[in-house]
Amino acid sequence: MSEIVKKATREAYGSALLELGKKSDKVIVLDADLAAATKTGSFKNEFPDRFFDTGIAESNMMGIAAGLATEGFTVFASSFAMFAAGRAFEQIRNSIGYTHLNVKIGATHAGISVGEDGASHQCCEDIALMRTIPGMTIINPADDIETREAVFAAAEIDGPVYLRFGRLATPRIFDENYKFELGKGVQIKEGTDVTIIATGLMVNEAIIASEILEKEGINAAVVNIHTIKPIDKDIIIKAAEKTGCIVTAEEHSVIGGLGGAVSEVITETIPVPVVKLGVYDEFGQSGPAKELLDLYGLNAENIAIKAKESIKMKK
Amino acid sequence: METNEKRELEIIACDIRMGIIEGVFNAKSGHPGGSLSIAEIITYLYFEELNVDPLNPTKSDRDRFVLSKGHTAPALYSALAHRGFFSVEELKTLRKVGSFLQGHPSMHKTPGVDMSTGSLGQGISTAVGMALGAKISKKDFRVYTILGDGEIEEGQVWEAAMYASAKKLDNLVAFIDNNNLQIDGTLEEVNSPYPIPEKFKAFGWNVIEIDGNSFDEIEEALNNARNFKNAPTAIIAKTIKGKGVSFMENECNWHGSAPNEEQYKIAIEELKKTKAELEA
Repeated sequence: MSEIVKKATREAYGSALLELGKKSDKVIVLDADLAAATKTGSFKNEFPDRFFDTGIAESNMMGIAAGLATEGFTVFASSFAMFAAGRAFEQIRNSIGYTHLNVKIGATHAGISVGEDGASHQCCEDIALMRTIPGMTIINPADDIETREAVFAAAEIDGPVYLRFGRLATPRIFDENYKFELGKGVQIKEGTDVTIIATGLMVNEAIIASEILEKEGINAAVVNIHTIKPIDKDIIIKAAEKTGCIVTAEEHSVIGGLGGAVSEVITETIPVPVVKLGVYDEFGQSGPAKELLDLYGLNAENIAIKAKESIKMKK
Repeated sequence: METNEKRELEIIACDIRMGIIEGVFNAKSGHPGGSLSIAEIITYLYFEELNVDPLNPTKSDRDRFVLSKGHTAPALYSALAHRGFFSVEELKTLRKVGSFLQGHPSMHKTPGVDMSTGSLGQGISTAVGMALGAKISKKDFRVYTILGDGEIEEGQVWEAAMYASAKKLDNLVAFIDNNNLQIDGTLEEVNSPYPIPEKFKAFGWNVIEIDGNSFDEIEEALNNARNFKNAPTAIIAKTIKGKGVSFMENECNWHGSAPNEEQYKIAIEELKKTKAELEA
């Protein structure tokens, strides 16, 4: 068996920006004094004339991104999820969302896998915030391969996109032939008893969970939702029809994230049980990322438990 | 400035003021005070300074204008209408359902509006982005913005001010409409941003202080700004809130309320009289 490749999605974001920069001189990258961490640094080194460090001032960075977008540039504005979606929410809403300008927000260090920096930096609210902005596309890729495709897809569309990346190196799931389709969920595994709908680093955990469940005689389907908005309603409805219950898994608050989005689809179409696994309305804390993910139940074992809860709720 | 030229501008400013009153009166809401205070600045910009074409509002080499104090949209709309971007009659649709004249400027709805604004502090950042874009593309257009004096209480303004001078954006001009009144009272009563010129100087800007209701001083300041290299220019413009309508002048209450029918008639009569005197 070949060794599993592990890479953080933020690393893949940096590499994809570099590729994009070589393809088009209209690509501009902004950062707010975190280029080393968000991995925009390689773009900065290669294209110093198209990289702007706006300093520790995320609100202003979003406005500058909007202004640059009016001049025909494809602008990637990067910071940690907390300071992009969090601090600069209203700038994104009014200067980028309302104007529907061509700005891609590259938000790294999302979720509690930020680790040791602790709760102040662990953003578990960003998907919820961004989802409420009309016209905003949200992509939360599951591995480095999907990240590259997501960044390229984001650059293709004319309008605002929120790209969510993690700090932690996570296992590669897809191979080089992976075809990314914006707005389309990915059926990773077929199943009959329950569907695990996961996003981001929880996709790999969902695959492992399905293996755990298989050993217990439960046939779980696995769906990867990389595009949280616009969400793929069809794949969710089909999952509900086929397996009769759902469990969602995300490294985000259970309020307003993937679980919320899936529930919104299900309650208005084919009401079946949806058990949500995520961060249960609490702040994180300091610690190694893997330990925190386990502590907050964001792992395969807990997905399997939640899947069984969902199955039990079936009528 | 030639006397005739100045008189013509003063007449246009009078028309723009009447457009402001028409809009706000018909909408039964809006912000007349701060719209009236910038009438001369916006008149000069649209009739003397800006390279814009009403027949081609998005031409790429146009000068950009961002109304950072977006609540004074009636002034911008009136200027655009009188400059020929759309009919003056349309001003009466301000703030009505389905109108392309939203309560605060919307770039996708109104011809001639370069940026959607209204949330204070954000417009200047977008103007900085436009000015930076011009530098990157090596284009000659210039970027103008007007901020309220209360607006500069927003921290984002200073983030933008810091970055504009750090990047030596000498193609950027920011007017500060210093009418000394914000919603809750005078600037000092609320949260004094004074001294304003010193603050912008400390942030590395070329600072010019003028009477913002004087065309001569506006012209001189803008000429200075155009010739000043390696730094953006802040024009601190002392103005009179509500200028041109006697009962609105220096009255805080007229920040965000519309005249009733009687007040509307008095205001229009006053402005007509001023215009007639100028034309005489």
